[in-house]
Amino acid sequence: MTFSFEGLNELQLDALREVGNIGAGNAATALSKMVGKRVEMSVPLVRLIPLKEVPEWLGGAEKEVLGVYLSMFGAIEGHILFVMTIDDAIKIMRILLGDLTPAREQILEMDELAASAMGEIGNILSSSYLAALADFTNLDLNHSVPAIAVDMAGAIVDVVLIEISKRGDYALLIETEFVEEEDKIKGYFMLIPDPGSLEIILQTIGVV
Amino acid sequence: MQRKKSVGMAEYAVNNDPEEVLCILGLGSCIGLCLYDELRGIGGMVHILLPEQVSGQSNPFKFADTAVPALLRELEKLGVRRKNLLAKISGGAKMFAGSDTLFDIGQRNAEAVKRALKELEIPLRGEDVGGNRGRSIFFYVENGKLEIKTLGQDVKVI
Repeated sequence: MTFSFEGLNELQLDALREVGNIGAGNAATALSKMVGKRVEMSVPLVRLIPLKEVPEWLGGAEKEVLGVYLSMFGAIEGHILFVMTIDDAIKIMRILLGDLTPAREQILEMDELAASAMGEIGNILSSSYLAALADFTNLDLNHSVPAIAVDMAGAIVDVVLIEISKRGDYALLIETEFVEEEDKIKGYFMLIPDPGSLEIILQTIGVV
Repeated sequence: MQRKKSVGMAEYAVNNDPEEVLCILGLGSCIGLCLYDELRGIGGMVHILLPEQVSGQSNPFKFADTAVPALLRELEKLGVRRKNLLAKISGGAKMFAGSDTLFDIGQRNAEAVKRALKELEIPLRGEDVGGNRGRSIFFYVENGKLEIKTLGQDVKVI
């Protein structure tokens, strides 16, 4: 049998929140090191949301967002999607790149500079969260090169929601807030395990 | 002033009210299918996720092969006859570049919807599918006009 997200109990949701917690911690540490300033993060919120409501939680179906997508393979197979608004992606780029940060228009058109800056954010986030999942489960995980897209939130998430919808009607959204000086940056993390892989994650964490 | 009615994932809407515009905001690899009877000003829209029904799932509006006949049935309840219906479709984009088979779902969705329309002999009057951009679509049931908005581009009408 395979789990769907709506079948998870409180303990299991807590365990997945912890994966998000460590992942965000890794990302905050990586960002802090790169910029030589302290980047804080909040305790993540885990939400179980009906598929059709996911775009609303990301700020609305037409909100301009950055999506970073990758496939995991190895002991756990599946996909991961990160979403953040373009405005928040720009805040991260300001931290990393300062005056070299591309303009909003460049990002929406994904010119070379913007694509490479976005790719860098994608790499930091995805390696941070995957390392957390690997540490937490003690499993060997590999992942694909992150794919990046900038578009309306509804359009960015629907390919992932389609995949989830084969098994259930709810998605798991892990929301984290990074804080650097006065800037608050929200990131959303969605885990889409292939059939069987959610059980493996829960088993290795010991919460089946 | 026209009202907008948003059709969520795996949902449908039908109406004969010229004041109500049916829409899907932020459509990616999913398909928005519109069926309409031009003479009577009745139409409907469905937001399709997958090409074929997955066993054990009961919502027919999620899958192309079941959603097309299901939307037809809802329109027939309003007195529409199949032979008077026309179709328009949009969506089916490939949002992320890469070789992952997951990314091809948009194309497979579009093909499955067209196949289902053909089986029911409903002519496809217009389409704007594929590409790598998200769309917001607005369907006017009284005349079958479908407006398509893409980030950073002019509005397209089919």
